[in-house]
Amino acid sequence: MFKKNLRILAIVDNLAQVLANVDEQLDQEGCPLKTRMQIDIAVEELFVNIATYAYTPETGDADILIETMNECPIPEESRKGMSEEDLKGKWLRITMSDAGMPFDPLQKEDPDISLSAQERRIGGLGIFMVKKSMDHMYYEYKDGKNHISIIKKLSPA
Amino acid sequence: MLNIEKQINGSEAIVRLEGRLDTTTAPELENELKSFMDSVTSLVFDFEKLEYISSAGLRVLLTAQKFMSKQGSMKLINVKEDVNEIFEVTGFSDILTIE
Repeated sequence: MFKKNLRILAIVDNLAQVLANVDEQLDQEGCPLKTRMQIDIAVEELFVNIATYAYTPETGDADILIETMNECPIPEESRKGMSEEDLKGKWLRITMSDAGMPFDPLQKEDPDISLSAQERRIGGLGIFMVKKSMDHMYYEYKDGKNHISIIKKLSPA
Repeated sequence: MLNIEKQINGSEAIVRLEGRLDTTTAPELENELKSFMDSVTSLVFDFEKLEYISSAGLRVLLTAQKFMSKQGSMKLINVKEDVNEIFEVTGFSDILTIE
């Protein structure tokens, strides 16, 4: 079990510091390189989202809660199709919170990835990449704050 | 951090990237490309040393691909497996030429 909260001004310039905190923990867990890249991408997308949209035109803080645990943190109702074996292992959950405008990034429509380069629009890819690479993600608006969580299995046992 | 090395021979350009193409470094690449893209018909990205790409990096590649489709060709070489997987997931492997 590990738990750490980082409160940081939500500006793009602080991305490196956020990633350094996440990567430090992933190193300690012996996280495989590929998984680490997927997690870094997810953290980057979510943090940059907050930095860009949550408080515009002002700025504000983001809380980044990094947790690892031996029990699967995916909510019961979202475990459909998961076996006993799937639920085992070491898990990571990162929750980012901000007190900015209520915004649920999961409501954003997925981009049409079958379109050609000329037809493809720039953008809309970030959250889609996160959805595809994480084991689960969920959003809630509570106590005047946005909370977005990503969950990823770090190792099988 | 991103290291950009470009080599231009007449109308052909090779751009070698080393490090991370993310929100903080993507604008550097975008500016670099803008400075010469008008004058080339062949653009090759060597990704042998590219470790990481996020959606900000993908956006720059898509913009470059759209531009180069009109006036020539663009391709990516030596793409690492992890980076390639990002292209697969996002459908970019179908719109970019990856060798």
